[in-house]
This record gives sequence, C-alpha cells and structure tokens, in this order.
Amino acid sequence: MEIKVLGPGCPKCHEAEKIVREVVAETGVDASVVKVSDFQQIAQMGVFATPAVAVNGEVKCVGKVPTKAEIAAWINR
Amino acid sequence: MKEFTQLTIFEDQAQSTCSCDGISAATGAAVAQAERAALKRYTLLGAPALLLWFGLYSVLEPTAQAITYDVLGLDHGGRFADALAFFLYDGPKVLLLLTLVVFGVGIIRSFFTAARARKCLAGRREVVGNVLAALLGIVTPFCSCSAVPLFVGFVTAGVPLGVTFSFLVSAPMVNEVALVLLYGLMGWKVAGLYLATGLLVAMVSGWVIGRLKMEGHLEEWVRLIHAGQDLPDQELSWAGRIQAGVTAVKDIVGKTWPWVLAGIAVGAGIHGYVPEGFMASIMGRDAWWSVLAAVGIGIPMYSNAAGIIPVVHALLEKGAALGTVLAFMMSVIALSLPEMIILRKVLKPRLLLTFVGVVGLGILLVGYLFNLIL
Repeated sequence: MEIKVLGPGCPKCHEAEKIVREVVAETGVDASVVKVSDFQQIAQMGVFATPAVAVNGEVKCVGKVPTKAEIAAWINR
Repeated sequence: MKEFTQLTIFEDQAQSTCSCDGISAATGAAVAQAERAALKRYTLLGAPALLLWFGLYSVLEPTAQAITYDVLGLDHGGRFADALAFFLYDGPKVLLLLTLVVFGVGIIRSFFTAARARKCLAGRREVVGNVLAALLGIVTPFCSCSAVPLFVGFVTAGVPLGVTFSFLVSAPMVNEVALVLLYGLMGWKVAGLYLATGLLVAMVSGWVIGRLKMEGHLEEWVRLIHAGQDLPDQELSWAGRIQAGVTAVKDIVGKTWPWVLAGIAVGAGIHGYVPEGFMASIMGRDAWWSVLAAVGIGIPMYSNAAGIIPVVHALLEKGAALGTVLAFMMSVIALSLPEMIILRKVLKPRLLLTFVGVVGLGILLVGYLFNLIL
C-alpha cells in the first residue's frame, strides 16, 4: 500500500505526515508513506487544498489534518 | 469514481458521518451513535460555558479597575496605573472575544470547502464573480501554503483569472482575528470599515487584473494540467462541525494568544507613556506621504494581525490617522513576501508584479480616502 501525504511544507502538512506515520506504525500495516511537496504533482492529483492524503492513488481527504480514526479506516480495508 | 458513488449512497442515509468512506454498516451505526452522544455532550457543556463567558465579559472592566487602584493601591492618573489598567482590561477582553468568534467562524467554515468555492465560482462572469469570490474568501478555510494548489484548481476549473485573484486577496486580507481585535479595541465602526474596504479592495483589484487579460502570464505547467476531477466532498454532522469549532479555537487562539498579549502590552506601554498627539506629526493626517510610507513598509513585512493591531490601536490613540494605520495593517496582512515566493511558482514575474501593484494601489487609495473623510 502506498500512502501519499500532499503538502508543500507548512506546519499542518507536517502534522498530517506525522499522524499518518503514527497510525501506520501502530496498526502495523505494510504501507509506505511518501511526502509529496511538488506543487505540480499535487495539482495533477486534483488536490487544491493542503494537506491532503491519498491511499493507493485515491485522494481520501483534502484541506485538513485527518484524525487517527479516519486514517485507520482508510488503511484497514 | 467508484468511491464517489459509494460516498453518495452513504450520505443519502439519514445520518451521514465523516469522510471515512468504506466503513461497514455496523461501524457506521456505531459512529452515528457516538456522534449523537458527542452532540449531547457539547450541548450540555456549551450552555454553561456561554453563561460563564458573558459573566466574565461583564465584570472585566470593574475587575481591572479594582485590581489596579484598590488591590495594588496605585494612584488614579499615574502612567503605570494607566498602562496596567489598560492591559488588565483589554488583554482578557480580546482573548474572550477571540475565543467566541473563532469558535463561531470554525463552525461556519465547516460548511465551506475549497472544492465548494471552486464549484461555486466556475464559469462565473466577472463582477458577479469578483463579488462572490471576495465573499467566499472570508469564509473558506485557507492557509497560505494552499495558495498555489488552490490557484491551479480554480484556474483549471474555468474560474476567470480576475475572479481567482479576488479570492486570493480577500482570503488573507479579511481575517477574523483582525476583525475581533479591531472590534474589541476600536469599536464596531473601525471593524466595519476594515471589513468593507478589505472586500472592496479584493473585488476591485481582482476585476482590474481580469480586465488586463494576463492569462498568458501564467507558468506553462499550469495550463498543461487538466481540470482535476471533482473529489468527493466531505459531509460533516453537527457534532463534527462543533468539533471543527473547537479545533479552530485550539489552533488559532492557542497559537496567537502570546502575540495578542505581547501586542496589548506594547499598546499599554504606548497608552501610558507616549504623550498625547505625539504620533500626529509622523502618522497624522497632514503628513501626506505617511500612507505611502506605511504601505511601502508594510508590504515586505510579515506579521500576524494579532501582534500588530494592539500596537496600531495605541498609535491611533496618540494621534496617528486612521487611514494611514488601516493601510499599514492591510499591506502587512494581505501582501507578504513568503506568499509571493510561493505564488511565483504559478505566476510569471509580470503578473506577480501586477498583482502586488494593483492590490498595493487599492490599499493606498483606501488609506487616503479615510484620511480625507474621517
């Protein structure tokens, strides 16, 4: 599984990345977490508010830091 | 696409929950129940909290006076006593106002997302679009590092360039923290003026940029990007919205309170120690160049509204002109160097300069207008 955290690098984006990594570590899911900070790539995914999180290419949340429960629901499928 | 239909079906059920799609019906029901419980808890907590708020707010002034003059036994009219009373009254007052307003704005914002703003503005004609964009800029949650993705999202969805700029100007310029501070320290007239002129600058400068037809001055890659697919919108329950309000308070008040207090402390110092009319010569109405200087100094400066407004208030009290002060504040908040550096990724230099020029000019006019009529 590939989880992308999209964000240029503001505090909220860092927070989103941190919390995603935490959930991955806690649940023990086999997933790679990638931080995408390139605007072009972010825009190409149709995302126009950051931070955003995409799991296996599917954008799950836009413009806010997701909660742990939300992230867990996305990756436990 | 599959995900989108799933989400739509999910939302159609009476209790829609959150953006976490794909949860089974069983967990869905559990979540709904948990949310009802949360809503009940919020209601039970909310009423006493609101009463406490009004109670505290109404005793602020007598308390500040009592501490300064009765408890500490300072003399009326003393410089230090003046400054202290000012700080003891204005500090808690502004923090209380800020908490309530940020909470309210947090809830209002949960109804608006960047995706909705984009949908709402796509294909709008100018003028109507500019007005709408400026208004949406106030309520749509937006952080400055979202400027570029948002810009691209708007332009690729067919939002006219000028309308996009109206949004980009109004979003940082009309700021709820600034509004509360202005209201709390200087009353509703100044706050209203700030709101109205901020919107006006956003509308007009967006319209002007649209008239200049500078679509060719976007970076190439922006035009090569296909309109992003519409992502499923996140529907929130009321418990979720209240949660959003609480988060906003933690986020905004939690981060800005030291700035607010520091600003008010400096303001209190100016209030107590700087002689009456001292600022009149430098920032007064008669110094014609003061507005120009204020905007020139303000543009490269980057500060948040929380720190600068209490200082500005004290300056105003000592004879600085309102137009000058307003222009300074607006240029600090609306045009910042970090944002330009980010925007440079999508705008070619000429368009970026036009943007700064048009908005700067708008702020300048607002400054002169106020010095003239007030």
